Amino acid sequence: MSRPRLIKESSAPLPLDRELLVRIHDLMVKTRVLEERLIQMYKQGHGYFWIGGPGEEAFNVPLGLLMKKGQGPEYDYLHAHYRQSGTLLALGEEPIGALRQMKNTASDPYSGGRNFAGHFSLRKYNVAPVSSPIEVQYSIAPGTAMMQKRVGGDGITIVTGGDAGTAEGDFATCLIWSSRPANPLPVLIIVTNNKWGISTSAEGQHGEPRVSERGKAFNIRSKTINGNDPVEAYNELKEAMEYVRTERKPFLLEANVSRLYGHSSASGANYVSEEIDCLKQFETRLEADGVLTRQQMDELRNRYTEDMAAAARIARDEPLPAPETIWKHIFAEDK
Amino acid sequence: MANMAQAIRMALHYAEENLGVTDIFGEDVGAPLGGVFTCTQGLKTAWNSPLDERGIIGAAMGIALGGGRPVAEIQFCDYVYNTIDLLKLAGNTCWASNGDWNLPMVVRTPVGSGIRGSIYHSHSFDATMTHIPGWKVVMPSTPLDAYGLLISACKEQNPVMFLEPKALLRVKGDERIPGEPDDDRALSKMIDAPLGDRSQWKPQWPAELEAFAIPIGKGKLLREGTQLTVVSYGRTLPLCSRAAQTLADEGISVEVIDLRSLWPYDWEMIKTSVQKTGRVLFVNEDTEVTNFGEHLLRRTVEELFYSLLAPPRLVAGKFIPGIGLADTLEMASVPQQNDITDALRSLAGEQP
Repeated sequence: MSRPRLIKESSAPLPLDRELLVRIHDLMVKTRVLEERLIQMYKQGHGYFWIGGPGEEAFNVPLGLLMKKGQGPEYDYLHAHYRQSGTLLALGEEPIGALRQMKNTASDPYSGGRNFAGHFSLRKYNVAPVSSPIEVQYSIAPGTAMMQKRVGGDGITIVTGGDAGTAEGDFATCLIWSSRPANPLPVLIIVTNNKWGISTSAEGQHGEPRVSERGKAFNIRSKTINGNDPVEAYNELKEAMEYVRTERKPFLLEANVSRLYGHSSASGANYVSEEIDCLKQFETRLEADGVLTRQQMDELRNRYTEDMAAAARIARDEPLPAPETIWKHIFAEDK
Repeated sequence: MANMAQAIRMALHYAEENLGVTDIFGEDVGAPLGGVFTCTQGLKTAWNSPLDERGIIGAAMGIALGGGRPVAEIQFCDYVYNTIDLLKLAGNTCWASNGDWNLPMVVRTPVGSGIRGSIYHSHSFDATMTHIPGWKVVMPSTPLDAYGLLISACKEQNPVMFLEPKALLRVKGDERIPGEPDDDRALSKMIDAPLGDRSQWKPQWPAELEAFAIPIGKGKLLREGTQLTVVSYGRTLPLCSRAAQTLADEGISVEVIDLRSLWPYDWEMIKTSVQKTGRVLFVNEDTEVTNFGEHLLRRTVEELFYSLLAPPRLVAGKFIPGIGLADTLEMASVPQQNDITDALRSLAGEQP
């Protein structure tokens, strides 16, 4: 278990350089505004379903910033779940893609109007297709890691999922396949713990005090961190990634995060004020430390809100995929 | 001539040397066993997985996403059922990502009855597998077809399910695989692992093996006939052939089609034959309710109705929860020689 670091003390100065703090903040705001726009689109009837990651920005943005971005086993693979918009924006994706997926337009870059919001797929950056079944990605992740280990270099596989889904056998599969003495694998196994599985609380799901402790049985280095603190998340992710990159062994990282708008649109998608809001918390620190002023942060948010509204208007008017396209891409053509 | 297990082994050897196959894996697939049916003995990229079918299918998907070319094995298809949602996911990865990703992966699994395997080593998988779009599904009935279809599967850009009729794995072929030695015993000495200690053993692969490929989606017209068509695949195919011979002796001319590929499948071959004979029997051993043969039957009725001289028929496995161990139970559960011969004879004689 990790010991609390001094950086969590609000009196301590923020230990990342200003430029990075500003960049993280910028992406967190952009992600939050995107998610809020997606929710609004749903509520206005411009999409059938919303699911996403407001409340996970403080963790997901640093993850995207730290990924070794590119295509093929020399670069990092991401097997994500559906709360990962912050990571995608940190990788450099334009938010209009997510809006297009929400509106299921033909122009949706991740699924061509076939899949729900938050179900990204981005081969150019090794982002495997996100799918709705909970935790299947944990069974798939060891495969890309095997290729990366064989190819050499320092590319790693990152797999993310929620705490509720760790009840599925796929999570055990990932722990077992990543830590076999015959072939340990460079996998960063991440669990973002929001303490809920739709409406079922953690008490109804878990006996283990921390999900990360499940790594101990497999000799997997493990840690639980505060995923609501972007500075802690950045530093801990960096350390964990460096370990996986150099040792070519798995690491289990549990990040405690918030679920700020509930599970999905199916549960209303309304702001949950009892949860910690990582963005509000971070902005208080940034202001206290003189990194950004309230006015600067408000202006940024307003600008993104306007940008996102404009992008949503574009997406709203774009055509749906043509009916005959259902037959496209059932099979890949020989290359 | 090689048997089907040897043919599979030779094709996999060719594929790992020449077609970019990176991983041949599954439970007991690597040394020392080389597969419970010996299909993967002596292969250089073969390795043993944990006893975890979901892990096996998941790893195959990951390897394919990561630029490799896996051939995964599920030891018996009876154990593939807890991977169904991963098979579905593999089948929709290309479609769901709108063509962004594709999975060049092969899954091999032994299917069907014939070894007195009781409830969990006798099941078929063709009915279930053909319900999962995005996969190509093949099922050879001869060693040569097994070789050629596996070569094609290992060249595919898409997931391929390679169903191995376990009753035929030890049956020698009538056709020579290009590059295989003439002498069976010589072949066995070269590529069959010895009993006992195998730690020093290395196979001597035939040097002239080649990329002999049977295209996926093409059936084989095994026997020409004029009065009746029988369409089958896998274990029941040789039974259909023998039935056709029996009926030939009785003066009834039966055309025999080995479908070989279940998806995509050779509708043109079926259509041409049924338009000629007007009578067709579909045979397989999976349970008969929502059976793949039912699909073929439905299509026959819808598209070839006015060519038919008698109702098209299906002989398949009984819709029961398992195949019992006792000889009597297995024989009563899945099509046997007499069931097929009788059904063909009856169909030949059917008058409105």
